[in-house]
Amino acid sequence: MEMLLSGNEAVARGMYEHGGEFASAYPGTPSTEILQTIARFFKADVYAEWSINEKVALEAAVGASYGGARSLAAMKHVGVNVAADPLMTLSYTGVGAGLILVSADDPSLHSSQNEQDNRCYGKFASIPVLEPANSQESLDMMKDAFEMSEKFDTPVLFRMTTRISHSKGLVKIGERRVNDHAGFEKNIAKYVMVPSNASVRHKIVIERLEALKAFAETTPLNKVEMGDRTIGIITGSVAYQYAKEVMPGASFLKLGLGYPLPMKKITDFARQVERLFVVEELEPFYEEQILAAGIPCEGKKWFSNFMELNVERVREGFIAAGVLPKSAAPAKQAEEKVLPRPPVLCPGCPHRGVSMALKKIGVIVTGDIGCYTLSALPPLETVDTCLCMGASISHAFGIEKAKKTKKKAVAMIGDSTFLHSGITALANVVYNRGTQLTIIVDNRITAMTGGQDHPGTSKTLMGEKTNAVDLEAICRAVGVEHVRKIDPYDQEETIKILKEEVDRPAASVVITTRPCMLFPSKIKTERIFHVVLEKCTACGACFRIGCPAISAAEEKNEKGRPKALIDPELCTGCSLCFQVCSSEAIEEVEN
Amino acid sequence: MKNGTTNVLIVGVGGQGVLLASEMLCEVAKVLGLDTKKSEVHGMSQRGGVVTSHVRFGKKVYSPLIAEGEADVILGFEIAEALRWVHYLRPGGTIIVNEQKMIPPITTTGKFSYPEKVEETIQKRVPKTTIIDAYAIAQKLGNTRLVNTILLGVLSNAIDLEEEKWLQVIERMAPKGTGEINKKAFLEGRAIK
Ligand SMILES: Cc1ncc(C[n+]2csc(CCOP(=O)(O)OP(=O)(O)O)c2C)c(N)n1
Ligand code: SF4
Ligand code: SF4
Repeated sequence: MEMLLSGNEAVARGMYEHGGEFASAYPGTPSTEILQTIARFFKADVYAEWSINEKVALEAAVGASYGGARSLAAMKHVGVNVAADPLMTLSYTGVGAGLILVSADDPSLHSSQNEQDNRCYGKFASIPVLEPANSQESLDMMKDAFEMSEKFDTPVLFRMTTRISHSKGLVKIGERRVNDHAGFEKNIAKYVMVPSNASVRHKIVIERLEALKAFAETTPLNKVEMGDRTIGIITGSVAYQYAKEVMPGASFLKLGLGYPLPMKKITDFARQVERLFVVEELEPFYEEQILAAGIPCEGKKWFSNFMELNVERVREGFIAAGVLPKSAAPAKQAEEKVLPRPPVLCPGCPHRGVSMALKKIGVIVTGDIGCYTLSALPPLETVDTCLCMGASISHAFGIEKAKKTKKKAVAMIGDSTFLHSGITALANVVYNRGTQLTIIVDNRITAMTGGQDHPGTSKTLMGEKTNAVDLEAICRAVGVEHVRKIDPYDQEETIKILKEEVDRPAASVVITTRPCMLFPSKIKTERIFHVVLEKCTACGACFRIGCPAISAAEEKNEKGRPKALIDPELCTGCSLCFQVCSSEAIEEVEN
Repeated sequence: MKNGTTNVLIVGVGGQGVLLASEMLCEVAKVLGLDTKKSEVHGMSQRGGVVTSHVRFGKKVYSPLIAEGEADVILGFEIAEALRWVHYLRPGGTIIVNEQKMIPPITTTGKFSYPEKVEETIQKRVPKTTIIDAYAIAQKLGNTRLVNTILLGVLSNAIDLEEEKWLQVIERMAPKGTGEINKKAFLEGRAIK
């Protein structure tokens, strides 16, 4: 049977078909749907969980693999940085049952803080990298990945990209087959990485890489498609699709196994073509290795390492290289200037009340990653830093310790992010006598990535009830003496409490109490507000809180400035606009 | 239609039903035994961002993305969004667009304004433009969520896929209990020439 599946859905399906039994992940675009699909369709056969962060997700999958279950851990590219510590030594221990680490990279940073190329981790850790080029391969290569993992006793890095993860294509599906693996078997020399054992294992890793190189030469994952021999193209992942579309007649060496490279096969291929090109997204990962092997080729000179490729860019590259005539590209059509639509905090978002108050108080806000980061955009513009998950707390701490800035720095961190990597930072603040305020904007969900549960929500990915982490108790347990709760919909109280805590010469934490308006399901409120146009002076105060329910009315004041209008379909009745309106022009709608 | 591949770019704003519409279009192509791919960037569409879905079908489809200047049809759920992507249309291509205007909150900052005379600009650039008020038709049918099937109905006249298959797919993929009304909405759209 054929189904229309995204790459992520195909990975989930492939993991199920090929005997997967354990899957863990921390959400992150573009990887999130892998675990969601497993939990939705295959939970009778495959255990699936949201882990607290990527390091834990990988370690849990490693445990499951040691324990005899074919396992998978999935994460976005930057998640692998968090999991890099276990990953690097996992290469040494090898696996029990097959173990796959799915890394979903994000060329063009559609929804990420950088565009790192995680194929480099394969080389760094001396582990094989598989690179599917469409949904069908995303499913099929799950089989290859499990088999390679078991045959070579290695974790396998399964490298997706946004365009593979989020593109749909036709996929032939099959039945589930289960393999029999024994449970955990004691093997201290293999599993206990003290120096004496680890050095022995490192040698094994080096030998394993040689065996993998030999495998790379013969595996059908690397396919030669001979065509016109004047041009040879080495490519992989979605770049293959673009190159194939632009140069359908050329000769191709398509790499499904992106590391280690089949150097003999490449040498052979290079010999058969007149001009050799390497078309790959982001880093010159293949190119540098091919050049280092003494094989002349052309790559990044024509196909930039900045942002994702596409048909246009690959075509331009071949035109610039003199391979295609200028006429190969369709005449460029003029672009129209249309106003941007940056993402905005939802109407009634609880983060808005906190950002408004912080703006009023006038502090430095070290930010983190989550919906609240949107407060960095106009009109709020309150978040001053965003580096990586969990960094907000230590940033505020460092600014204080640097002693160069008069203004106080306050950390703003989401509940999911605090659990992911904020707890240790907070303990560090207390331990090292920091005096900052940390605000946990607890909307009780992982909202930015589409509303996933986490250890604070009392529900697992498989839908079971469980004990929730108590954020307040954690803060007290790491030594914070002053922990208070605020309702961010109450501006007066929020400003008052935040001011007190900013001024307090000791570490403190404030936790917000309102849930996300959108996840797990849209909250419908009983009341809404409207603008009484006769009273509205067009001062713009409500515009400056950035609520998408508020727009400019047709009616203007005497200076020609537009009055405000509230969309009754969008208003959630949070009352924040009502609280900032000094003309009492915003009133609750009577019904 | 280059090399026998049809390219339909569906554009709109988060929450308008762009993704379900593109899913249905792909499904129709699949039922007809064609190769098909679609690609979109998820992310923060639920926070009011721009949504685009590239749908391609034909004998063999490689790239999941439509190249600039190569879309056969642009199906716009929102009129300024259709204008934003107009350079993706091939010369001689068709634009079908819902006249609905979604004014983003950024306009209240005074730094940006919603484009004026969008309809005219599009019509001037693209002779084959159909502008419809899908929202009004949906309201008439009693459910504003029917906008996407109405638009698919209009689209069905611009690309050559059997009506019977469209109706099958809509029946199967429409939200539970809305199959009949969605088919009706599709046919209302299809009646607009
Ligand atoms: C290491 C890493 N993993 C995952 C992500 C993706 N991501 C961005 S924000 C976020 C969590 C947001 O949740 P929370 O902190 O609760 O804030 P909210 O969006 O709910 O306001 C995630 C998982 C990331 N950017 N970096
Ligand atoms: S999804 Fe939730 S947290 Fe994110 S902006 Fe909307 S209300 Fe706020
Ligand atoms: S009460 Fe005001 S700020 Fe709150 S959702 Fe309604 S319009 Fe927006």
